[in-house]
Order: sequence, then structure tokens, then C-alpha cells
Amino acid sequence: MSTVEERVKKIVCEQLGVKESEVQNTSSFVEDLGADSLDTVELVMALEEEFETEIPDEEAEKLASVQDAIDYIVAHT
Amino acid sequence: MSLAGKIALVTGATRGIGKAIADALAAQGAKVVGTATTQAGADAITDYLKTAGYDGFGIVMNVADPESIDAGLKLVAEQAGAPHILVNNAGITRDNLLMRLKDDDWADVIETNLASVYRTSKAVLRGMAKARWGRIINVSSVVADMGNAGQANYCAAKAGVEGFTRSLAKEMSNRGITANCVAPGFIDTDMTKKLDDKQREAMLDIIPAGRLGRPEEVAAVVAFLASDAAGYVTGETIQVNGGMYMG
Repeated sequence: MSTVEERVKKIVCEQLGVKESEVQNTSSFVEDLGADSLDTVELVMALEEEFETEIPDEEAEKLASVQDAIDYIVAHT
Repeated sequence: MSLAGKIALVTGATRGIGKAIADALAAQGAKVVGTATTQAGADAITDYLKTAGYDGFGIVMNVADPESIDAGLKLVAEQAGAPHILVNNAGITRDNLLMRLKDDDWADVIETNLASVYRTSKAVLRGMAKARWGRIINVSSVVADMGNAGQANYCAAKAGVEGFTRSLAKEMSNRGITANCVAPGFIDTDMTKKLDDKQREAMLDIIPAGRLGRPEEVAAVVAFLASDAAGYVTGETIQVNGGMYMG
């Protein structure tokens, strides 16, 4: 079973079309990984699906980096 | 222009333009789910598709009711899959001069003709974004641009649909999803049969083609917009009106 961190990073790679080596925990989706606004919406939807959870819009807006996403998932699943 | 392997959802597909659209998409090989407001209507859709040897069926869905849309789309997902093509065709008229227009006439037309387009489009976007391919085609009307006495509610809703479509096109185009409108003029359907002879004659006077359009002539444009060939057309409204209005 993969860790939350591995699963989050895998989804980030798939959604944003970036290589695993480019994705650090501190990576910002928009600034470092080149996500546009629609990418971030899709990324959140993909995370919701993977972890079978609902991320409210006001929480989703705060998920700016890979670590933010990992922390959110760990705290809410 | 093959649509083989594509799933199409067409609202208001019992008769008129919606039926012609369902037929045209199915003829290109799409699996078509048509919606109707009654079970009898849904059965009629299943019937005409099966009779023609096409793949698809009818379901009950009231586009003015968000819960009914949710239930309908769930059924589509279960029985057909996530739609690649959405045609928002369902519409009603509640004509009256503005001075006599009732609040309900306004609200019903805005709900059924405009709010429904927002709801169904939003509901199918996720699947289309995942597939990196989608076609949303909204049936507007020539009166969205022209205006029409006695149809302030209908014209407002249809003009709203066109603006909505342009925004949607801008948001989703880089995901391979296009959004367009087809704006029929005076087409020979039950909706226009409600007009009296005098109104009909007045309409024919301003149509250079000198005749009413056929539902199939609208459906052919929808089928084109649904195809791969139309992948670079987005945010557009195509008029199908025999020259009645040219923008």
C-alpha cells in the first residue's frame, strides 16, 4: 500500500503532466508546477476521487502546495 | 463525421428539433440518451431509436428540477456512461406582452431554458475534462439576437444561453471541450404551430428562403458541431434561419 504522500504525488504528476522528479513536497502547484486555475480545480477533483472524500471549496482554495494537499488528506481521511 | 463510441445526451428529445437531433447523432453512430418530461415521452424516444436501428434510449428528466437532473444524469452514467456530447435542447415558451407577463411565466422560462443549461453543463464537465474531449451544444433561437414582441422572457433566456456558452467555451477549450449554440429561426415544429395564420404569414414575409425550416436542417448543424471536424469551432452561435437574420 502506497503512502498518502506517494499517492498525492502520483495524482499531481498525472493531472499536471509533470515528472515525479520535479515534484517536491514544497512545490507550489501554480508557481512551480505550472498549474492554471482549471488545473487546480481538476487536481482537487482527482484528489477527492482517489481518497473518497469531499474537499469543500473554501478548503480547496488553501491547497497551494503538495505538502498542503498531503496535510489535508492526512487530517481528513 | 463518425460519432462511433460517443455517448450523447439530448434534452427534450421527444419531438421537433430535439428528436431530429437525437436521430442525426445516432445516425452518425453515437449512443443517444434522450430526455422527456414523462415516461410516455421517454418510451417514445426509446421506440423511435430502436425502430431506426439506433443505439440509445429515453429517460425521464425534468430540466427545470435540479433533483430530477441529478437523478437523470446518474441513470445515464449507469446505463450508458459519461456523456461526451451534451445537447441542451429542452425549452418552453410562455409568451405574453411584458405588460401582461406573469412572474411565473418569467420564472418558468428562465428555469427551463437557461438555468437548466447551467445545471446540465456543469454536471457533464467533469467527465468531459477527464476524457479531454467534449461537445456542449445549446439550442438558442434567432430571437436571442432579434428580440421578439411577446417573448421578453424567452429572448432573455436564449440570449443568456449564448453568453453562458461563450464563457464556457473560454473556460474549457484547452481541455478539448467546445461549447457552441445553434440558433434556429422559424422551424416547423409543435412550438411554432401554436402561432396563428396571421403570425405565420408575417414571419414568412421576413424569411428570404420563403419557407419554414425543417428540424433536420437544425439537427445537421448540431451533428457537425458534435463531430471531430468542428474541434476548432467554439463559443460560436450558428444561425439556421433561411436568411431571416444575419447578425
